[in-house]
Amino acid sequence: MELVEEKLGEHHLDEKHVVDVVVRFAGDSGDGMQLTGSAFTQVTALYGNDLSTFPDFPAEIRAPVGATFGVSAFQIYFGAEDVTTPGDEVDVLVAMNPAALVTNITSLVDGGLVIVDSGAFTAKNLHKAKYESNPLEDGSLDPFRVLDIDISKQVLAAVEPFGLGHKDGLRCKNMWTLGLVIWLFDRDRKPTIESLEQKFASKPEIAKANVAALNAGHAYGETAELPVGIHLYKIPKAHVPAGTYRNMTGATALAWGLIAGGELADIDLLFASYPITPASNLLHELANRKEFRINTFQAEDEIAAVCAAVGASFAGTLGVTSSAGPGIALKSEGIALAAATELPLVIVNTQRGGPSTGLPTKTEQSDFNIALYGRHGDAPMPVLAAATPCDCFEVAIEAVRLATKYMTPVMLLSDGYLANASEPWKIPDVSTLQDFPVNFHDEAEGFKPSLRNDETLARVWAKPGTPGLEHRLGGIERSYDSGDISYDPENHQRMTDLRQAKIAGISSDIPLQEVVLGETTGKLAVVGWGSTFGAIHQAVKRARLEGLEVSHIQVRYLSPLPPNLGNLLAGFDTVLVPEMNTGQFINLLRAEYLIEAEGLSKVSGQPFKIGEILAAIHKEYELMGENP
Amino acid sequence: MSEMIPTLTLKDFATDQEIRWCPGCGDYAILKTMQKLMPGLEQTKENQVFVSGIGCSSRFPYYMNTYGFHTIHGRAPALATGIKLANPELNVWVITGDGDGFSIGGNHMMHVLRRNVDVQLLLFNNEIYGLTKGQYSPTSAVGTRSPSSPQGSVDLPLAPCELALGAGATFVARSIDTEAKHLSGVVKLADEHRGASFVEILQNCPIYSDGIFENVKNKKLAADFKVEVEHGKPLVFGKERNKGIQLDSQALKLKVVELSETVSEAKLLVHDENNKVLAQMLSTMSGPDFPVAVGLIYRQDKASYVDDSQKQAAEVRKNGISLQELLNSGYTWIVE
Repeated sequence: MELVEEKLGEHHLDEKHVVDVVVRFAGDSGDGMQLTGSAFTQVTALYGNDLSTFPDFPAEIRAPVGATFGVSAFQIYFGAEDVTTPGDEVDVLVAMNPAALVTNITSLVDGGLVIVDSGAFTAKNLHKAKYESNPLEDGSLDPFRVLDIDISKQVLAAVEPFGLGHKDGLRCKNMWTLGLVIWLFDRDRKPTIESLEQKFASKPEIAKANVAALNAGHAYGETAELPVGIHLYKIPKAHVPAGTYRNMTGATALAWGLIAGGELADIDLLFASYPITPASNLLHELANRKEFRINTFQAEDEIAAVCAAVGASFAGTLGVTSSAGPGIALKSEGIALAAATELPLVIVNTQRGGPSTGLPTKTEQSDFNIALYGRHGDAPMPVLAAATPCDCFEVAIEAVRLATKYMTPVMLLSDGYLANASEPWKIPDVSTLQDFPVNFHDEAEGFKPSLRNDETLARVWAKPGTPGLEHRLGGIERSYDSGDISYDPENHQRMTDLRQAKIAGISSDIPLQEVVLGETTGKLAVVGWGSTFGAIHQAVKRARLEGLEVSHIQVRYLSPLPPNLGNLLAGFDTVLVPEMNTGQFINLLRAEYLIEAEGLSKVSGQPFKIGEILAAIHKEYELMGENP
Repeated sequence: MSEMIPTLTLKDFATDQEIRWCPGCGDYAILKTMQKLMPGLEQTKENQVFVSGIGCSSRFPYYMNTYGFHTIHGRAPALATGIKLANPELNVWVITGDGDGFSIGGNHMMHVLRRNVDVQLLLFNNEIYGLTKGQYSPTSAVGTRSPSSPQGSVDLPLAPCELALGAGATFVARSIDTEAKHLSGVVKLADEHRGASFVEILQNCPIYSDGIFENVKNKKLAADFKVEVEHGKPLVFGKERNKGIQLDSQALKLKVVELSETVSEAKLLVHDENNKVLAQMLSTMSGPDFPVAVGLIYRQDKASYVDDSQKQAAEVRKNGISLQELLNSGYTWIVE
């Protein structure tokens, strides 16, 4: 189905009671927009709103100042109701220079508020952004509420007492702006002040200057006479279950999930990885968590990373490796070795735009096929997908469970959006998590490496160092009976069948597929996997408010599929499958269940918008001859 | 009362697997030497792990009754690193060949050496791809005729010991497949070395490169074509022990001299296993003008990657927190 966006037309700022808002901070790579966004997220979370964030940064580390390709943005959707996406259209756009304005203004809803630093709208910067005339003067911003302030000038005045030079003084611009936005939404700026003091503990003058800039921005909001229609908004707190909360990005949740998985399995972990965008954050986080039963190894390349992980698993420590598309391709042979030797291994694939280098900092779901099929020989393995940043925690635990219980490699699919996006997380009570301790084989009597559990078909895990269990493993086909090398034709058939049956059997050890929202039968099911969760959820919610019979199904277990999925899908007249690829999951659904399904593909490097999925739902209804 | 520890013999390290090397292959001799050596090593049998890649030599683990892992082409050093990181108590051996170790696996070889991971790497160098039926390898001499180089190979070969030194190896030695006593001695030193130990074993392939090491293997010729290097001893060789190695300090290169009344042993170079420059010169000596150096060419004590990695982790664990504390760390808020 063609990708069309229906504007949701939600003018949040114009509601009688403003309950939710989308804010986008955009500026030059060096303007500190990610830091500003994170700081605003923190105060918003503490305020009690539900929220979802999305950092959108360029691949260039330091693009030339003022260039459109160097614009870095951070979007946050927050409010009183359940928020599961960073928002389609922006209500408040902060643009620190002309390049940030020109690249982001199309996302601002009509009547939305744009805050600009007029001090940065110099002839040079306008030229770099390819503006023929100054948008602050030529009327092109008339559809919006505009707050143009010479922030540069304001900041320099605010930080003057601290003796910073012109350049360092201007670096506090982001904090001035943050102060203003904090005022606009009535948040508490104390946590930001504390973080600044902590961050610049060794440079107290810089800390003071930043705090002064923050306070000055806040004071500006309080005291300046603002244009008509621009005023303070008080947004009600969200109604969420009681508990202790924190803000979580997908990468951190995944890292902590692996640590938790290791504890629940009562086993050490070796995380072996090679830096690659957008997967590196996982390596960084875990390298900093060696107080737990985990060690990290930055290998010389992707192949060495997976091989070190397989080596660790052979030695009785769970090997985990991580990468994005190109690196996953390189790891393929090592993953197949784990499948052939029946050793546990967790592979985390933080997907990005492909093929080849593709779009390293942008998100995509186009590694579904390589996850399911990208190995030589018949080498099936479980594949799981995380749906939200917080879901990464649970899915990582599940990947560890399946890998160790079934002695198999497991691929966990995340993506660039999930890794960097954040949302509030209700911190679980660790004591309530179900453990699954690993049992290493230590009985020498009757031992052979081919011994397996009758029920799970998992091979025994006998680790080197155990007396009497000396044995050899290898990539050459092994005898079903003895575990020794075997070139016997019938044995290869038997072993291939066994590997297939072992993975297929996991379907009885995973939860039945549930419906996230809506009835279990009906006219239309929107079926997603991975990070499309938030947008599908909001679109289905809105469609149901219109009275449409639509349900939302989000599949976590991509291989093997939940045993009831076929029957569940058969209960709907039509199935719509939105994916950030050209239709990889839908092919599996069609092949597996012989169902009619309509795909919705988006591969722009950006997550789905709610309005895009809502438009597809309406179109499906039309095609069914129903009036939406 | 001390506990009786049964003495193990060569047989305890042999497996019941049918050995599938060609008759006359140098690998048999190496296997025998290793099986014989094992009972005398410090580490227990259950702590010995043999890891290999792909190739004729990489079948080795199947024939050693220890823990073993026959992995994928060229990657054994990476797997060995993972094994060692997982359990530093294990004594890990990497068995590799010239194609496995220096062609497809060159990168991993370089990094396992420069990290100084505490493993022993035994390179069976026969200067040919045996298992794929005789193509020339990265150590084959220029002009090697093979199925993939019918007019003779034009690739310049690499010198494994020289490359190992360049990669920062802290232990570099060379020996010969059938010289059981010498090989056994060198491997024992490799085993004792804390860090990555690299041993090049000149190994004859009777099918595809038969006789390439004849000069250093043949009892009649060897004395004139190889020099056994020993720390603190002058570099003397020759049937009559009448030849030696000197340094031409003006040209900064080695030269072979005949011992005579005017050139006594005292005027020869004395081997210093801690001297990297000397090691580089010795490792590249080759016939017919120079003897091939065998023995422990270079050794240096340096921090081992696994030791330091473990130390760092142990340091951090002193201030360990619980998983629950981790989840509750940083900015949190309570919803009632």
